[in-house]
Amino acid sequence: MIAFVVRRLLQGVFVMLVVGFIAFSLFNFVGDPVSLMLPPEATQADRQEMRVSLGLDKPFHVQFATFVANATQGNFGISLRLGRPVSTLLVERLPATLELAIAAAVLGLFVGIPLGVFTALKRDSWTSRAILTTSLIGVSLPNFLIGIFLILIFAVWLGVLPSFGRGDTVMVGPWSTGLLTTSGLRALILPSVTLAFFPLTLVMRLVRSEMLEVLRTDYIKFARARGLTDNAVNFGHALKNTLVPVITITGLQLGGIIAFAIITETVFQWPGMGLLFIQAVQFADIPVMAAYLCLIGLIFVVINLVVDILYYVVDPRLRLDRGGTGGH
Amino acid sequence: MRPVRALALAILACLPALAAGAAPQAAGEGRKVLRYASQDDPQTLDPHAANLLSSSRVTANVYEALVWRDKAWKVIPWLATSWSQPDGRTWRFKLREGVKFHDGATLTADDVVFSAERALAPLSQMRVALQGVERAVKVDALTVDFAMREANPALLAHLTQFRIMNKAWAVKNGATAPQDYKAREDTFASRHANGTGAFMVTERQPDVRTVLAAHKDWWGRRAGMDEGNLSEVVMLPIKSNATRVAALLSGEVDFLIDPPTQDVARLRADPGIRVIEGGELRVQYVAFDVFRDDLLHGKANGKNPFKDLRVRQAVAHAIDAEAIRAKVMRGFSKPVGSILVPGVQGYSADADRRLPYDREKARKLLAEAGYADGFEVTLDAGNVQPAADIAQAVAAMLSQVGIRVRPNIVPQASYFPKIEKHDTSFYVLSWGAGVTADALYTMQALLHTPGKAGEGDFNLGRWSNPRVDELVGRMRVERDMARRDAYAREALLVAARELPLVTIHQPLIPWAMRKKVSATVSPVNTLYFYRARMD
Repeated sequence: MIAFVVRRLLQGVFVMLVVGFIAFSLFNFVGDPVSLMLPPEATQADRQEMRVSLGLDKPFHVQFATFVANATQGNFGISLRLGRPVSTLLVERLPATLELAIAAAVLGLFVGIPLGVFTALKRDSWTSRAILTTSLIGVSLPNFLIGIFLILIFAVWLGVLPSFGRGDTVMVGPWSTGLLTTSGLRALILPSVTLAFFPLTLVMRLVRSEMLEVLRTDYIKFARARGLTDNAVNFGHALKNTLVPVITITGLQLGGIIAFAIITETVFQWPGMGLLFIQAVQFADIPVMAAYLCLIGLIFVVINLVVDILYYVVDPRLRLDRGGTGGH
Repeated sequence: MRPVRALALAILACLPALAAGAAPQAAGEGRKVLRYASQDDPQTLDPHAANLLSSSRVTANVYEALVWRDKAWKVIPWLATSWSQPDGRTWRFKLREGVKFHDGATLTADDVVFSAERALAPLSQMRVALQGVERAVKVDALTVDFAMREANPALLAHLTQFRIMNKAWAVKNGATAPQDYKAREDTFASRHANGTGAFMVTERQPDVRTVLAAHKDWWGRRAGMDEGNLSEVVMLPIKSNATRVAALLSGEVDFLIDPPTQDVARLRADPGIRVIEGGELRVQYVAFDVFRDDLLHGKANGKNPFKDLRVRQAVAHAIDAEAIRAKVMRGFSKPVGSILVPGVQGYSADADRRLPYDREKARKLLAEAGYADGFEVTLDAGNVQPAADIAQAVAAMLSQVGIRVRPNIVPQASYFPKIEKHDTSFYVLSWGAGVTADALYTMQALLHTPGKAGEGDFNLGRWSNPRVDELVGRMRVERDMARRDAYAREALLVAARELPLVTIHQPLIPWAMRKKVSATVSPVNTLYFYRARMD
């Protein structure tokens, strides 16, 4: 187990170096940041001085080494758009994105699993059919469209929920949270529902098909024959055995939710990292883009590691026969 | 299933509580809070760090200049009450007494001298606001001299953009330079502000909101400059067009400075919303290569038809600016016949003439010039709207009179390098008179023969007229405004006759707001809060 985790960590470091390399290459191949930072009438000497002060006059490998060294200390330079340290900006925006992503993941899981179980057990009821048909919308409609529909219905027509922003936030230590104010909670509803739509339908369909599979197995039949209650059979035995793929998918989806909150954040003007990234793209704010890429890479690496460890916890069989093979 | 039902019930139980919170919060007694939305968040609050509309929309309300503009866009005394030119190389400004900064400090000559140093610093992007100025010198507590490096008769127009910051505040907070990339940390002034303006910044959260409150001690209130009644303005950036419009429709914001033009009709139809419009100080035009003897991009039997005035007149007659207004611009433009528009110093109505749309006349002129069968030419345009659509429309219109035009639409990033090398025969461009709103700036760039000192920088067809060059040269040094305007008028008349370029229209800016808000569009697309009202 420990060897497995260590191996995973080493792989993670390698992945991060590759992501860092790609992110860093942006600095060098997207354009000359100096020309963006100085006024048009700056002299050649001004430009050279700026270049030297930013270390841009050094050879590529030296610059990359400096970049990695700085990045490991969380220093990604200064945003060209906002003129502030990128690390500060990301720390400021991280709470908004995480709250949104976690709300969406919780929604996806806690609505998706029950719905999946329901549609598996009552396979032929018209409610199940209706739910399954509706779920096609979640899978097929793009995120921004769902967001705009929700805004139209709940903000413009009904006027019950805000269409943009995060409401009032409260600082809990360094963490700005919208979960403690009414306006913050109200502002969270539409974006989190929008963001949850896809993972919700995915989890639901996955649980349903796994459940259908499991319900046919012998041990379920024997459990029923023993006269166990429906709840004990369905939730205690059947559902528990569907969870391995659900954990995998949820884990990957959480990474996806954080990374692809970009669209939802833009539609709802949610002041998280995704919005920061979109605006960085428009301004060619390379330090922000690079840091964002590295951070998302890190989040995926960590989530995958956690998911792998969770397998061991959930599935006893893996503890026996996963000694040397590794990898998933 | 029980957990499902419980969850559903819990959600249902929460809804009324959440909906109850949706009722608009009762505004405090008589407080007028304007919720203002725009696409872009200001990059910085530093008045000298960036020359960007998104930033100046805030700083113009927070910081003030020595001179300013009234509603008719005429320069008026502001922080300076009077000025004179004791000699050719000096401008002397008398400062207004008792002007208070937001932190309570009183404006003195030291603040003006300091701000001039700051605006002229190497990393300042507002050096243009002090064009020609060498340095500012304190004469006494309320008198400042500007020593000129070179003459600038339009100095007052430029100075409207020179914003004054408090010296003691900047020194105390280490913000004496407009930008400091080397220090790798925030410049204090990029997130805080201390001006003399009618509004002061009380909260700044980048990409979330910027809150401005009325400045109680504003000098303008005593001097009768206050035309508004707002007590607070909440400036909200909303990037997505659809969300921004939805926020106005649902009443979550009161004012949109940049409604998407495709949604304006929808907004107009809403009984609770008012859409107003005003002219931007910008002109869209097509221009010709009149320099080369043969056509670089096109086929006309080895000749350059655009060297013939009759061909340029034919093009002007063939372009239906009214149709472009209706179809391409969705009504948001005003056909014009002069490269200066009302509001720019030097504009004169009698020089604002465009040749009438007349296809027959165009065909006749082409035949007279020897192009009865027309000719082929490429029309260059950048891939931005509306330029690209205008190029398509102009191509279709000219083909009706026999000029076969091939529109060549290239990315903006390669368009400018291309036309700046004069690698074009016929091109679409728009020119903004800029915030200085003075004729010289436009004429020097568009009409003067290209030269070494930056004259004719955007005269990319290399038209040359000795009389216009002479007039522009005189405008550069003439201090008498009436005489200067007369030179501008004569140059405009020459251009209208010789047609080195054919003007199409001036774009109009729409603003959308709830009916309870009243405001007028300013030519630089900025809302001045001290001029806005709410019922």
